[in-house]
Amino acid sequence: MDNKLIEIKNLKKYFPVREGIFATNYIKAVDDVSLYINKGETFGLVGESGCGKTTLGRTLLKLCQPTDGQIFYKGEDITFQPMGQYRKKMQIVFQNPYASLNPRMTVYDIIGEPIDIHRLATSKRQRKEMIISLLSQVGLNYESAMAYPHEFSGGQRQRIVIARALAVEPDFIVCDEPVSSLDVSIQAQIINMFERIQEERGITYLFISHDLSIVSHISDRVGVMYLGKIVELTDSKSLYSSPIHPYTQSLLSAIIKVDSKDNKGNKRLLLKGDIPSPLNPPSGCRFRTRCVYEKDICIDQVPELQECRKEHFVACHRVGEF
Amino acid sequence: MNSCILDIRDLEISFFTQAGEIKAVNNISLQLKDGEVLGIVGESGSGKSVASYSIMGLIAEPGKIVNGNIRFNNHTIETMGKKELQKIRGKEVSIVFQDPNTSLNPLLSIGSQLIEVIIRHTNKTKKEAKERAVELLGLVGMNEVDKRLKQYPYEFSGGMLQRVMIAIALACEPKLLIADEATTALDATIQAQILELLLQIKKKNSMSIIMITHDFSVIANICEKVAVMYAGRIIEYGKTEDILYNPKHQYTMGLLKATPNINSHIHEKLVPIKGSPVDLLNPPLGCPFAPRCEKCMKICLRSMPKNKVISDDHYTACWLLEKKLWS
Ligand SMILES: Nc1ncnc2c1ncn2[C@@H]1O[C@H](COP(=O)(O)OP(=O)(O)OP(=O)(O)O)[C@@H](O)[C@H]1O
Ligand SMILES: Nc1ncnc2c1ncn2[C@@H]1O[C@H](COP(=O)(O)OP(=O)(O)OP(=O)(O)O)[C@@H](O)[C@H]1O
Ligand code: SF4
Ligand SMILES: [Mg+2]
Ligand SMILES: [Mg+2]
Repeated sequence: MDNKLIEIKNLKKYFPVREGIFATNYIKAVDDVSLYINKGETFGLVGESGCGKTTLGRTLLKLCQPTDGQIFYKGEDITFQPMGQYRKKMQIVFQNPYASLNPRMTVYDIIGEPIDIHRLATSKRQRKEMIISLLSQVGLNYESAMAYPHEFSGGQRQRIVIARALAVEPDFIVCDEPVSSLDVSIQAQIINMFERIQEERGITYLFISHDLSIVSHISDRVGVMYLGKIVELTDSKSLYSSPIHPYTQSLLSAIIKVDSKDNKGNKRLLLKGDIPSPLNPPSGCRFRTRCVYEKDICIDQVPELQECRKEHFVACHRVGEF
Repeated sequence: MNSCILDIRDLEISFFTQAGEIKAVNNISLQLKDGEVLGIVGESGSGKSVASYSIMGLIAEPGKIVNGNIRFNNHTIETMGKKELQKIRGKEVSIVFQDPNTSLNPLLSIGSQLIEVIIRHTNKTKKEAKERAVELLGLVGMNEVDKRLKQYPYEFSGGMLQRVMIAIALACEPKLLIADEATTALDATIQAQILELLLQIKKKNSMSIIMITHDFSVIANICEKVAVMYAGRIIEYGKTEDILYNPKHQYTMGLLKATPNINSHIHEKLVPIKGSPVDLLNPPLGCPFAPRCEKCMKICLRSMPKNKVISDDHYTACWLLEKKLWS
């Protein structure tokens, strides 16, 4: 049975960048990405700063129009469809909680707004109850509801954004770094909350983060992104117990564990070389300039994503050789 | 040598809102030596940002310093006027705000904003300022810098914006850098690079740093001292090793337990600290953490514990430690 909620095929998003007066180059923020996300699943997306995670999440929700490729929702091609009826079903928690809250509205109305737009409450009382329950779900007390966004700390604002996204009972949420500005205790609370809501309502998540330990904790499957492309994709257990792509391996070695004393002060294994520019990505394998296994073939040919173990996809020419 | 760049005594800051007085910072004392790196961790809403912004004389309406004083680099901050404060901001002390919107203008290109800051605080020409801007963006790990300078904030990714703000803050080689959750959007590799950069500059200019962060790997990597905040107070303070490996306050212990770890099993529940944060409008009489503390005793609810010195530079405010003395 086909259980896919979201699927993208060969999705591309290019941003034009002026170079001089006549020339235009493109940042290939998302370049030929295909993946699907099953119903009720959490799909994690990791990768370093600027690799295209946010752009992928936004394009998938058609907050910006894809340059090329297709997007399917429940098997239906929505690439060129108006989003009206889908907006409610597909929500996003933005990376920057500051930009996405209206400074002139109280928290009460910020959360109430989507409830009104989608007519989810039948009475004022029910509206109020919904708001109270949402606030408590994200760990904010009801007294804070009458305050304005600027009266809240960074982490509190992030929780307001999450409460607002949950208000419309979506079946898919793109969570873009939803917990990276939160202290660890609230992080744990919010992550457990995401999981609880998933169990209760069967919500599907695309969970974006640069933090592999959080992603592998919450996700069923994970895609690793590098300069606009997915380089490895598999279930989160295989990803961190037996990563195959050299980039994933280096990501894992970069995680230091705070709970073991020996690691303190140790230099982490950093990637060699600088992050290449997305404006002029390397030919062939985009990772090759930083890869210790680079060979001639890596310069000439773009490696395709291939299934090298069951359900474990890797884009690397030298799979199995090292 | 080893003089104090920053000396905060008995600082209290409140917001006088319609709902009542919010005690965002409640009796904080803190010293920072020249070239020292202090980490501040703590509950969301515990006053980390408010306390550290006050060092720059930045307190948003309707907030006020109710008590205490702040001495920074031979200035008495709480008595300084707007103009004087403006002179030291960006030059002697600079800050990377948690909110990118407060430091970046969406309508101006990144380059013009960076160059403007450099020209304002140094006597560089426009050309020299541009060179410096290029250098700075390179240092924070951006490439094709010439093109990036012409772009606008919306064209940058979240992590890139954070790095731009770090570059702006470092532009004039401040004596004290306050970084408020400045690396939250950065992956481990680029974060390590930024931390390395900060350490280099710290050594070169004996810059002091206050890192507000919830990320213990940042703490472990660059901080010498750590202050743990809860409900407007510093409830534990100590050397980094003490805080990470020998925490004494129940809240600090809970915080460390809630940290996700790559070795933890998938979908294994993280251990959040139970209960909800303190209502700062009606702060409890005793220890602010008492309602959530598993070892709470009667006395904890009745009165606030005093700071208990555990060893050099390590103190905490918890009744459990007093009890040991009694028995
Ligand atoms: N609206 C835009 N206009 C032009 N370029 C853009 C735009 N949005 C993103 N980009 C570029 O696309 C690339 C990918 O950006 P994106 O925000 O998707 O990265 P990210 O993976 O989310 O990074 P981070 O972890 O730092 O948030 C970057 O080089 C960025 O400069
Ligand atoms: N302008 C304001 N008006 C009223 N209350 C405010 C204002 N600014 C901050 N506060 C309150 O002061 C308290 C401390 O806020 P602060 O921003 O310092 O928290 P924080 O420790 O930095 O938290 P986070 O980790 O979430 O950023 C919060 O409870 C907040 O609600
Ligand atoms: S394709 Fe070549 S350069 Fe790319 S990751 Fe594999 S070995 Fe390294
Ligand atoms: Mg992003
Ligand atoms: Mg803050």
